[in-house]
Amino acid sequence: MKPNYLSTVAIAATLFAGAAAAQPVTFDYWYGLTGDLGAVVAETCNRFNASQSDYVINCVSQDGYEAAVQNTIAAFRAGQHPTIVQSFDAGTADLMLSGEFYAVSQMMADYDITIDWADYFPGISNYYAASNGDFFSMPFNSSTPVYYWNTAHFADAGLTEAPLTWEGMEAAFYALKAAGHDCPMAYAPSTWIDLEQFSMVHNIPVASNNNGYDGLDTELLFNTTLHVKHMENIQRWVNEGLLQIRTAQSGMNARDSFVQGECSIFFSSIADHNTVGKIAPEGLAWDVQMIPTYEGVERHNSVVGGASLWVLSGKTEAEYRGAAAYLAFLATADEQRFWSQNTGYIPVTDSAFQQLTAEGFYAEAPYAGREIAITSLTYTEPTELTRGIRLGGFIQIRSEWSNEIDAALSGQKTMQEALDTAVERGNAILARFARTYAGKTFP
Amino acid sequence: MRRAYFKNNWIAALVVAPQLIIIFVFFYWPASQAIYWSLTLEQPWGGGNTWVGLENFRTVLSDPVYWSSIRVSIIFALASTALAMGMAMILALFADRQLTGYRLYRVGMIWPYAIAAPAVGLAFRFVFNPNAGLFSFINTIAPETWNPTLNGTQALIMVIIAGAWKLVSYNFIFFLAALQSIPRSLTEAAAMDGAGVLRRMRDVQLPLLAPTFFFILVINITDSFTDSFGIVDTLTGGGPARATDLMVYKIYSDGFRGFDYSGAATQSVILMGLVIALTFIQFRYVERRVHYT
Repeated sequence: MKPNYLSTVAIAATLFAGAAAAQPVTFDYWYGLTGDLGAVVAETCNRFNASQSDYVINCVSQDGYEAAVQNTIAAFRAGQHPTIVQSFDAGTADLMLSGEFYAVSQMMADYDITIDWADYFPGISNYYAASNGDFFSMPFNSSTPVYYWNTAHFADAGLTEAPLTWEGMEAAFYALKAAGHDCPMAYAPSTWIDLEQFSMVHNIPVASNNNGYDGLDTELLFNTTLHVKHMENIQRWVNEGLLQIRTAQSGMNARDSFVQGECSIFFSSIADHNTVGKIAPEGLAWDVQMIPTYEGVERHNSVVGGASLWVLSGKTEAEYRGAAAYLAFLATADEQRFWSQNTGYIPVTDSAFQQLTAEGFYAEAPYAGREIAITSLTYTEPTELTRGIRLGGFIQIRSEWSNEIDAALSGQKTMQEALDTAVERGNAILARFARTYAGKTFP
Repeated sequence: MRRAYFKNNWIAALVVAPQLIIIFVFFYWPASQAIYWSLTLEQPWGGGNTWVGLENFRTVLSDPVYWSSIRVSIIFALASTALAMGMAMILALFADRQLTGYRLYRVGMIWPYAIAAPAVGLAFRFVFNPNAGLFSFINTIAPETWNPTLNGTQALIMVIIAGAWKLVSYNFIFFLAALQSIPRSLTEAAAMDGAGVLRRMRDVQLPLLAPTFFFILVINITDSFTDSFGIVDTLTGGGPARATDLMVYKIYSDGFRGFDYSGAATQSVILMGLVIALTFIQFRYVERRVHYT
């Protein structure tokens, strides 16, 4: 049939006019996840758009966590910012103090959307909540560190279980080495794992003021805690060849070294569970375990890592309604299941976790083992020291730590000297941050 | 020499206006903003700032880490410029001799300039990989020798080589063009006087290259101070232990990653001053020795 162009145009025009009358509200969401994970974020947007017709969320990838925050700041200063931005844990102190955000618990209350905030795992809620318990931002992609171990290599060394203590780890390193596995552990220095989460599970402070929660006049303390001994052990293990440094710069990163079967252990986020499962060659036998603690220390909860969703100020009510609808959509158990199935991230509420467990989600591969992350995250109720870390200039402090650890590992100074320098330089950053925000406090 | 003048100044102004506006928007305005931020403590989300005068400069200039960054940047600039110019000069002199296959060679030499710096970094990451790259043969002969992930000097050498490699082809184009503009009669005359290939290069061609040499020197030095970011970012990330933390990379990591806008602005102003000063010195002292024809 030959189409009648004129009538087609007329119909299109009518439809368009009709659509314009009840045009859905469009709002922007900028996210930092990339690759496979970024594609899943985009998919949640499509699912949201398909699920209702009042709002259209326009999701834009910003190519990395840091770029997402950098670009949002630039856009914000020009008044062109998105309604929602995905911001990673270390990048939020400035945003909190600027006050340029719409606290999500307030927003949900304003638009009569009920969210059971008490349902969120305390290791997650304490990280993203104000001192009065209000949520600043919506927990989204959440993870916690674990270690991945090659069960076949462990069997070669006569080990059947993954140790939960560092003493046990050391014994395992020697056993693996003796069994002919030359790289017992692929190591890449990580403040998140070696310093922050290590301090959480040992219930020791990273900084004063309860890790910065109670004020801006904070000083770092990690050169005086068990962290020093731990880093000295790491240095010793590196020197003895038990740990091999594997970073992207050295050619093959820790995860790939593990997946290729070169190294028997590596530490990473539970979010890598999905990736390791995908890229592991046929026959790689592996499992995950909670990060170890030292003997004689009572284990505490680890805290959440990853990113959360912030709603920014300066938008219209219609856009906020849309943002609230999207965040409420993500919080449903169905969407949390979709998210956990397609990424390695964990569900953020107890009810979603219970539902997944009841459905047998964690019973078999490829998802089996991921419940370890929840065990780690909920090991104890958070104490004043295991709520999280709230430090200004945190990204620079992390970089001071990394640079000093590099210096120590390459033999330029002792570990104690390195950590002392990192603390001294970090304290200067904290003091500078406090002056930039003179007179302000964390909400 | 006769010169043409515009009688009507308005037309002159109109003609140069687009260029002036572009320079203003993309240079003077951001530069003045940077100078203003360097005198304040600026909140990244725009909540206002505090005037602190020259304090940021005092902080930065009293920081030993910053001085080591300056030192590393100068080493990088001088070494990569010398390497890039030396290599390009040799390659151009021989391409100019029209040995067999020189046409292919000439085209092939130009390609690397079209490669983006991060891609160069990635390629060299493979080349220098201590476990699997081309350089791993060093470790096969003498284990534990080549390890740029922990050895700062080796990491810096790696960045210098990658930086120089990228500049070689740019320099090559200019040197080759300059060599080809030298009248054949001069080299032929020298040859008839009995000067060999190397002698002709040294006494005829190189002196005549001086203006190009000077131009390339200025461009290379400026480029290695301001445009080395991509290579450092992919190759070393400034490490290990800040051994390759060039000034321009430090500005990026403090400002954009660390949200210390004022600190980064201060460093930008210092870097700008340094590049201006170096260029001034080159024009003031080096250019005196250059004879334009």
